[in-house]
Amino acid sequence: MTVSLTIENLSAHYGTTQVLKDLSISVAAGELVSLLGSSGCGKTTTLRLVAGFLQPTSGRIRLGDRDLTTLPAHARDIGLVFQNYALFPHLTVLDNVAFGLKQRGLAKTDRTKRAMAMLERVGLAPLADRLPAALSGGQKQRVALARALVIEPPLLMFDEPLSNLDAKLRIDMRVEIRQLQRANGTTSLYVTHDQEEAFSISDRVAIMNAGRILQLDTPEVLYQKPASAFVARFVGFENLIPMKVVERQAATVTAEAAGGTRLHLSQDLFGPIKDDFILACRADGLAVRREGEGIPAVLGTRTYLGRAYQYKCKTAAGEITANGPLSDPLDAGAQAVLTPLPEQCCILDPED
Amino acid sequence: MATRIHPLLGAFAILVFFFLLAPLVIIVGSALSDTTFLTFPPQGLTLRWFANIFQMEAFRRTAITSLQVALLGTGLSLLIGIPAAYALNRYRVELPRWLSTLFVLPILVPEIVFGFALLKSITIGLGLPVFISLVVGHALLILPYSVRVVGASLASFDFSIEEAARSLGCPPLKTFMTVVLPNIRAGVIAAFILAFITSINDVSVSVFLTGPGISTLPIQILAHMEQFFDPTIASVSVLLMLVTVGVMAIVEATLGLTFLTK
Repeated sequence: MTVSLTIENLSAHYGTTQVLKDLSISVAAGELVSLLGSSGCGKTTTLRLVAGFLQPTSGRIRLGDRDLTTLPAHARDIGLVFQNYALFPHLTVLDNVAFGLKQRGLAKTDRTKRAMAMLERVGLAPLADRLPAALSGGQKQRVALARALVIEPPLLMFDEPLSNLDAKLRIDMRVEIRQLQRANGTTSLYVTHDQEEAFSISDRVAIMNAGRILQLDTPEVLYQKPASAFVARFVGFENLIPMKVVERQAATVTAEAAGGTRLHLSQDLFGPIKDDFILACRADGLAVRREGEGIPAVLGTRTYLGRAYQYKCKTAAGEITANGPLSDPLDAGAQAVLTPLPEQCCILDPED
Repeated sequence: MATRIHPLLGAFAILVFFFLLAPLVIIVGSALSDTTFLTFPPQGLTLRWFANIFQMEAFRRTAITSLQVALLGTGLSLLIGIPAAYALNRYRVELPRWLSTLFVLPILVPEIVFGFALLKSITIGLGLPVFISLVVGHALLILPYSVRVVGASLASFDFSIEEAARSLGCPPLKTFMTVVLPNIRAGVIAAFILAFITSINDVSVSVFLTGPGISTLPIQILAHMEQFFDPTIASVSVLLMLVTVGVMAIVEATLGLTFLTK
């Protein structure tokens, strides 16, 4: 049985500081949604509110048709995986995994059987009799995962579960988490500050800042079409060029950046353009040419990226990073023109 | 590999051991002396002073009272001290700083003042019976040990495992009993031993709280010494020492003594 998680207008305070501002999000049955943001953005607070470790000042949390908002943490039936594993140091691996089953009143033989089956699935059955202190970081996190999964919760939540693991193990573990989550079809909420991790593991990602969700979309949409300058910068758009429209002719607008640089942009290709906007693009979104229409630039240091050369360019509109083709390396100090490629650029509202 | 030790350092170490152990040797020697007064080295060897203790009703009665008071007082202090230590650590950020100082007041205030204050408040003020006064007084006297020693093991306790237990369906009180307590066991036992020994040895608080017919062993020892300066005192002391050594031996055999010094 899979159910959806619905968070409606959730607000939370620490003392007088508001840390969550009217946050709403819904996670469909069987879906994995990540909350992504830098520290202090409210992602962990959201998770702790759903877990029942914190009380919201207003708003509702529903899981399927159950209202969790006022339920105590132990009655919420949510599987949790912590950053620091949070295994019971005095219990063996098997007893750790069986702990939740014991709370549910299962007989000893039943819970041992189910816990062992779960340990089998995460590949730790041979270590069932060990204490947590005798396990490696990766093994501990597998035990934590098994312990959360074995109670077959309608909702699984992960609080930066891979932060304490080394790089290679992180990648293996996130694949494993994703496979187990898919296989069980468990609705999941995943908190992380690591963009690559969030994008690789999630159906959808919510990018958070200052207690709000700025954009909730699939990783593909977030990566290619960020909806705001903040999100664009967050997902790695190197160039955000503020511009003003100075002339409109049919579908084509002429826009001017700082320093007087002018560009002709077709609304048929770039989409509707307002009078004030930000032209956002990655280094790949600008063609580096020796001549033509575009932003005049003086090339700076050239870096070999393997698939392209990257240039730090000086322009009248400020420093711009652009990638040029391997077939035509240009030297530092060379004159060039940077042409925005419509399909890889975004037209965004100016920042406040 | 031989480590070279500076001769002065060696001599200093020997002096330290001498001052630590000499009084104990003298007590044991005096207890065995076949004289009617305390003397060292012993003149003649006898065990009659040990036999004497068991014939003296007052020593037997007060020893039992001392044990009862120590056990009940320690239990009471842990009953208050463990939850207090838990709250002080769990809500360290939220609680005011002076609150943890409050719990060590009984060892900061001069004991004689503390004892007199207890006499005024619980014996005279509340009119509690002598035995109850003793238990309550001792519990308050040793509360700092319970709070501090249990608190020390809670300081390294990871409270997120408590949240893990809650998320797995374990209610708060049960979480405390099945997850928190087993992980601070060493601290609780260490607190018990420290508190118990402090209670058994206490004079300055007990001297105010003992009353007609009810006394503790250390007070009885003092009273006896005022009248008779014979080796009985030394032999009682040796017995008390043996009890302490016995407790330590049991602890060493079951838990290892290292946890006391951790």
